[in-house]
Amino acid sequence: MSARQPLPSWALNVLMPAMNVLLALFVGGLAVAVIGENPIEAMKVLAYGAFGNGYGLGFTLHYATSLTFTGLAVAVAFHSGLFNIGGEGQAYVAGLGAIMMALWLDHTHWVFVLVGATVGAMTLGALWAAIPGYLQAKRGSHIVITTIMFNFIASALMSYMLAQVITNPGSNAETRTIAETGRIPLLSEYFEFFKHSPVNVMLIFGILALIGVYILLWRTKLGFKIRTLGQNPEAARYAGISAVTIIVIAMAISGALAGMMAVNEAVSVQKRLVVGFVQNFGFIGIAVAFMGRAHPVGIVLAAILFGALYQGGSELAFVMPAVPSELVVVIQALVILFSGAMDEMFKPVLERVFGAFRSKPPAEEAAETEEA
Amino acid sequence: MGFEDIIPLLNSSVRFAVPLLLACLAGLYSERSGIVDIGLEGKMLGAAFAAAAVAALTGNVWYGMLAAIFVSVCMSMIHAVASINLRGNQVISGVALNFLALGGTVFIGHSIFKRGGTTPNLPKDVRIGPIELPFAAEIGQVPVVGPIYEQLISGHSIIVYFAFVAVPITAWVLMKTRFGLRLRAVGENPKALDTAGISVFLLRYQALVITGVLCGVAGAYLSTSQGANFSENMTAGRGFIALAALIFAKWKPWNALWTCLLFGVLSAAQIRLQGVEFPLIGEVPVQFIQALPYVLTVVLLAGFIGRAVPPKAVGQPYVKER
Repeated sequence: MSARQPLPSWALNVLMPAMNVLLALFVGGLAVAVIGENPIEAMKVLAYGAFGNGYGLGFTLHYATSLTFTGLAVAVAFHSGLFNIGGEGQAYVAGLGAIMMALWLDHTHWVFVLVGATVGAMTLGALWAAIPGYLQAKRGSHIVITTIMFNFIASALMSYMLAQVITNPGSNAETRTIAETGRIPLLSEYFEFFKHSPVNVMLIFGILALIGVYILLWRTKLGFKIRTLGQNPEAARYAGISAVTIIVIAMAISGALAGMMAVNEAVSVQKRLVVGFVQNFGFIGIAVAFMGRAHPVGIVLAAILFGALYQGGSELAFVMPAVPSELVVVIQALVILFSGAMDEMFKPVLERVFGAFRSKPPAEEAAETEEA
Repeated sequence: MGFEDIIPLLNSSVRFAVPLLLACLAGLYSERSGIVDIGLEGKMLGAAFAAAAVAALTGNVWYGMLAAIFVSVCMSMIHAVASINLRGNQVISGVALNFLALGGTVFIGHSIFKRGGTTPNLPKDVRIGPIELPFAAEIGQVPVVGPIYEQLISGHSIIVYFAFVAVPITAWVLMKTRFGLRLRAVGENPKALDTAGISVFLLRYQALVITGVLCGVAGAYLSTSQGANFSENMTAGRGFIALAALIFAKWKPWNALWTCLLFGVLSAAQIRLQGVEFPLIGEVPVQFIQALPYVLTVVLLAGFIGRAVPPKAVGQPYVKER
């Protein structure tokens, strides 16, 4: 096909995801119009609720922090060629490690709680992800199915733990609340601007995780091995890279990252562990990773977008009661569908459009894309 | 536990097993054709809503059933376009459909009925009710066989019988018909079929239509036969248990029946075993029994009890060479 041109990387990595999001918002807008409300007005409320003031922005950033962790989790596993859809369960089980450390240390100082809870969360999250990784690498059981099963096993395990083992007598299936001395501070305690919104010190950990994952994947030997295995298992084997070791390590890192979501949500904000605190953030992490093209820069943007959808959505349900907040779930589903599964939808069209506007010979073109 | 306790236990096991069985068979057609279906849950949920909503609006449960099948097939077709035509990631497409159903049902439900996502309760004549098999009362007098016939075999809704009949039909279609042979082949080696001049795309579309129909019936069962209305996320993971059952059944129809019945018994037993003390082990936590189907599936997949080998081409989009 002479009219088609391979797309430049900015079109592939910026334009296409943007078009996918716009399409999802458009379909969401149609749904709003169908129930007789003004879609433009709804989108305005959504955007204002998410970014319009410090309080809304604080919520958006808090959700974005959680989604950064779960998105990075999916991305790291993805670079090793694995599809970890168990972030939900890994974050849930990690909550156990986080809260146990937090409750143990909460009479000292919040810094110890922060460090202890993070270590606890990362350890259990890593463990919960490493088992499916090991089963995939050593026994050949498919990671997608195993991680789905582990989500449900996690759910049963945690209900049991919360109802029977670490429960707070008198309350319904939740732990006791972290003591005042050990509470991780919200950013609003330092910046009046955020007005009691839940964004907290874990935001910094989110940024560190983004940088850390970038360095790990693109600047270290381990990252090179992970990416080699993901892109060409045969070449990795030929180069003497042990698939079993790398898969288990990549999954453990993935689970540890997912686990940090528990510190952000359960320890820092809810200050206790309750049943089902993960609330699909593990699953939305899949969307974040795919929209972000499994790269930290993309992931932070996608995480902010999805965080804004959550926060704007609850604002929307408040301002326009006729529009149920589930609109956000629908828009999220559409973003996942368009950017994750129907990614090829715009590609042929765009390739033609780019082909029509360019007349350089393909060789020069290829050299240019290489540079970019 | 006496004989008279066992029949109600088995009876509720059957009720738990039926939606699993339908969804499991639905997944069987899809996965045998080479398409992974994580979206069984979402299709069932969408169908359950459509059935309850349309039945409530029209006062006719069969319109509800048709709507359920329609919605489920439409969702299945989205999955088909994503995974067959656009060669997208089938797992992600399934995840997206699950979320679409989760949000969409409440969004539409709340907009129509203003009840926060649930649909109004269906009166008895707008539900799919139980059927008395002939001579149930008379045969019921016969000892042993009688109660089994009267209470266990008779008195279910038509969907229950449909689910059980669907097993031999699926086995026959899969193993004895030309369509079945091709379906099995397309999941193992689509290229061979393509070489023989058979359309891989068409076969996979056909399989996904069947998947949609069966999930539709499963959803309608939940909201118009087992229950009397739709409530948010009412499938509660049944689609995933069905997926586990499908693997446990090694993608075979008769195995699917036994597995779903086993998982049904586990669900039924879970309620009855609450607070029961066992000799030696004491009380078994409910959550342990809840997790058992998933644990068993993991153990099976890991090859510790037999080996579950999926269709070879499952999850890979077919690229026709030019």
